[in-house]
Amino acid sequence: MSTVAPARDRGPAHRAADTGRPRRPHRRLSSSLSSLSWSSLLYVAPALAFFGVFVLYPIGVSVWYSFYAYDGLTVGTPVGWDNYTAVFTDSQLRAALLHSLLLLFFYAALPVSVGLLLAGAMSRIRVYGLTLFRAVLFVPQILSSVVVAVAWRNLLAEDGPVNAVLRAVGLGRFATSWLGNFDTALPSIGVVGTWVEYGLCMVLFLSGIVAIDRSTYEAARLDGAGAVREFFSITLPALRPQISIALILTVTFALRNFDLIWNTTRGGPGTSTTVPSLYVYQDAFQNRMLGRASALAIVLTVVILLVVVAVQLLLRERDGTRSGPVRRGLARRGLERSRLARPAGKKAQS
Amino acid sequence: MRIARTESVATHALLVLASVVAVFPLVSIVVSSLDGSSGGLSLSSYSSAWTQGRFGSALLSSALVSVTVVVATVILASLAGYALATMRVPGGRIILGLLLLGLVLPYEVTVLPLYEMLAGWHLIDTYWALILPQIALSVPLGVLWMRSFFASVPQELLEAARIDGTSRFQTLRLVVLPIAGPALTTLGTVLFLFTWNEFLLALILVPDNAAVQTVPLALSFFSGAARSSDPAVTAAAAVLVALPVLLAYTVLQRRLISGLTEGAVK
Repeated sequence: MSTVAPARDRGPAHRAADTGRPRRPHRRLSSSLSSLSWSSLLYVAPALAFFGVFVLYPIGVSVWYSFYAYDGLTVGTPVGWDNYTAVFTDSQLRAALLHSLLLLFFYAALPVSVGLLLAGAMSRIRVYGLTLFRAVLFVPQILSSVVVAVAWRNLLAEDGPVNAVLRAVGLGRFATSWLGNFDTALPSIGVVGTWVEYGLCMVLFLSGIVAIDRSTYEAARLDGAGAVREFFSITLPALRPQISIALILTVTFALRNFDLIWNTTRGGPGTSTTVPSLYVYQDAFQNRMLGRASALAIVLTVVILLVVVAVQLLLRERDGTRSGPVRRGLARRGLERSRLARPAGKKAQS
Repeated sequence: MRIARTESVATHALLVLASVVAVFPLVSIVVSSLDGSSGGLSLSSYSSAWTQGRFGSALLSSALVSVTVVVATVILASLAGYALATMRVPGGRIILGLLLLGLVLPYEVTVLPLYEMLAGWHLIDTYWALILPQIALSVPLGVLWMRSFFASVPQELLEAARIDGTSRFQTLRLVVLPIAGPALTTLGTVLFLFTWNEFLLALILVPDNAAVQTVPLALSFFSGAARSSDPAVTAAAAVLVALPVLLAYTVLQRRLISGLTEGAVK
């Protein structure tokens, strides 16, 4: 459910709050803003109750389970950190983590790169039919992963269209049962992931490019900047917030990744496409190793949170450091925009 | 000029290629679903899928679950988002922090205790097992979304209502919500999409009761069981599952894209 990441650039918001304009005088009159309003909890309580009971409490239980050897039926025995040690030493689980790393390339690195290249090319021309392209490119995002799995199982089947094309162009010796072959199954699933994500990345980057001031490009061209220079000094820095979001969305998708694997290969053939979330499900609901399943789920959660934090830190806008006037201008525009989204001063009060 | 022209043509060609790749898998299942056994076009696969896969009942289950989750979440999120944007909520910072955490959290970490809890309440294999957790999982996105909308409502409007002696709840109901239509529609569309497509929760929480199973789960079981049988029928089933979402997408495309992308940017 958390496909839409927060990815809110909190930096500028805080800065907007700090540099906030002098408070408007009528604020002082507003009792609802000058003192804590306990009755406001009535508005927040129903949502928080759901969130607490069905999300926060289960997480707490998971943490608790992760320190026990527990089969769900008999009383568990405390085992300290053993379940966590198992996550990193069990050869099967380690293999699953490695598979996830390879999938990161296909699910995150590749779509973001393809998206950036195309967006960079599109920034240089007037695009006709932009709305239509956007709508079509976004289609993979709205389909259920089960539908995606059915479609790609057909495409990649022994007698499917992909092999038909290979045979037609004389590459028939490469034709294989892509998802059933030990060597090709994992990269094939990777390709499906790339397909799911590249449109999202492009649409994200396009929305960023539209916001870039055209005169920046004109100025760069007058200064004799070529396409490559233009991309690296204008487009790429300006897209930093969108790249950050794209990475958070794609990396989270890659690390979770249960639906697609379950509906294409179930981890097979053999264990060639296993991923951590698959073991979370199997250990919890088939092998009755609830403690280990919980520890693995916690590790997965922590890894995802660390990645999100790392992406935010690495790609946050650093004005002042190494920034020319163009970059600083863009940074300031970003700040303006976030001030529009969240009126200044509000954050400081809440 | 000439170079610019070439570049424009090349970029458009790339775009067309990227778009064809994006829809090709979908088109391919539509084509194979229409592939009659005698070679001609036929809709027989659809009727087979409808009867064998019980997709009529699955579509109803999906609609019931999705609509309930969307309506409940939108109500809860409007209340909480309104308070967080316009009032000084005690512990507001902590609440916001928890909600932000909830946005990126892989819910895999909750499913095992969730199963045990719902089993304890005898709710496994009922609609409630799908509805209650999905409302909770939609709360972070919903509240943060509505909060940022309410924060963009001009202060003057709220002040004017207050000076007129309107209570805070009435201000929400009579002043703010009437102008929240676009924000609510976008949020509703995004949540509908997520709920409609949800797979893992259904697999875990309603595993044995075909009567309440949603379409992604029904399709997964059906295509798993039918792997060796007629691929045209499986394809038809997949098209049936995708169709409602595709219809909603054609109507609300702009809103959905902006909800899924700009929602993330905010």
